[in-house]
Amino acid sequence: MAPAPSAPDPRRTLGALVLVGIGLMAAVDEVVFHQLLRWHHFYDLSTPAGGIVSDGLLHAAELVALVSGGFLVADLRRRGAFAPAWAWAGFFVGAGGFQTFDGVIDHKLLRVHQVRYGVDLLPYDLAWIGAGLALLAVGGALWMRARAHDAPAQA
Amino acid sequence: MTHHGGPSFAALAPVAVGLAAYLVGVRVGRQRGRGWPTWRTVSFGAGALAVAAAVAPPAMHAAHGDLRVHMVQHVVLGMLAPIGLVLGAPVTVALRALPVSSARRLARVLRSAPVRVVSHPAAALVLNVGGMAALYATPLYTATQGSAVLHAAVHAHVLAAGCLFTWAVLAGPDPAPHAAGMGTRLGVLFASIAAHAVLSKLMFARLWPAGVSAAEETQTAAQIMYYGGDLAEALLLAVLLAAWLRGDRRQTLGRWLPDRSRPAETAAPRGLGPARATGGG
Repeated sequence: MAPAPSAPDPRRTLGALVLVGIGLMAAVDEVVFHQLLRWHHFYDLSTPAGGIVSDGLLHAAELVALVSGGFLVADLRRRGAFAPAWAWAGFFVGAGGFQTFDGVIDHKLLRVHQVRYGVDLLPYDLAWIGAGLALLAVGGALWMRARAHDAPAQA
Repeated sequence: MTHHGGPSFAALAPVAVGLAAYLVGVRVGRQRGRGWPTWRTVSFGAGALAVAAAVAPPAMHAAHGDLRVHMVQHVVLGMLAPIGLVLGAPVTVALRALPVSSARRLARVLRSAPVRVVSHPAAALVLNVGGMAALYATPLYTATQGSAVLHAAVHAHVLAAGCLFTWAVLAGPDPAPHAAGMGTRLGVLFASIAAHAVLSKLMFARLWPAGVSAAEETQTAAQIMYYGGDLAEALLLAVLLAAWLRGDRRQTLGRWLPDRSRPAETAAPRGLGPARATGGG
């Protein structure tokens, strides 16, 4: 059962943590804004029941992403293939990517739901998309740092 | 079960018989010189105890007038206990302990067409979620309050459908000659999580089952279903992924199973195939 030791695997570490980041950000959105504040459902263009169904699918997706991402991380660590610097980059890219996608594509292009109803949307949209871009920027910076860190090792 | 004095201890009899049969089966297998992992016995025992706790008279009595207790009962019977029971691999225990002819017959049943149909994850999902929807979105729940036989039948269905679903999704550890691929099983589990979330929110919003209890009690019951269901399904997903990462069930159970009673198809399972992780790549 003892796994063969292997070198750190940046690509798989990145992938696993992108999954965790997406799952966690979706969970924060779903739990805080859908369930606690009840500002919106995932799909608000249909009946309330339609909104509930769309939230159910989002909920299932985030649970699967979180648990399977966690398992991929556990597997990478067991095999000694976990690359910590890439892990943080992946996490922030995943979280920021989901938030930005949600803010730009879901809210503004597809318009399946808005952050909140009955209010002036501009500050909400700026905060939503701004938060996403900030997380993405952190992810990008960590990505560059991880690459710079790996470069001398390969030389 | 048909006493008018309320729930009786008779409901515990099938649980006791099942647990005793399992323990005897493990013992007979051991006497034939084949080991058995203790944790599987513990797992089956824990599952059986959970079933016993859920159908024992105190729980049945409390659940009769309280939808919240009823919902805890159903999360335990339909979702948590099945994980313990299925991981106990009762069919494998039977295949090891039974005489050759009976074991062959059991293996044939496992490969039969009816088992193939109901053990497909999608069919198991329909039996599972469909039963739940029928119970809460129709007058069925109210009807079970007036009939002891119907009440017992619903509990038996919840437990059986839960075990079937768990076995179909895990495609193991018992032989699953018709195991669906990993993608299908993950997809069905995904659908099940979504269905639970949707159904429990509809119960919360529309106060299902209708006319049974006060609004607050119904909403608390729906929340128990939402969070309890999540917990159980996250657990099942974790078990599925752990088995997948570890390799396949041949490593966990094949060596415990005598060749003579192993269904031919299980020698090359499609289910938990060799994992990428252990491929040595």
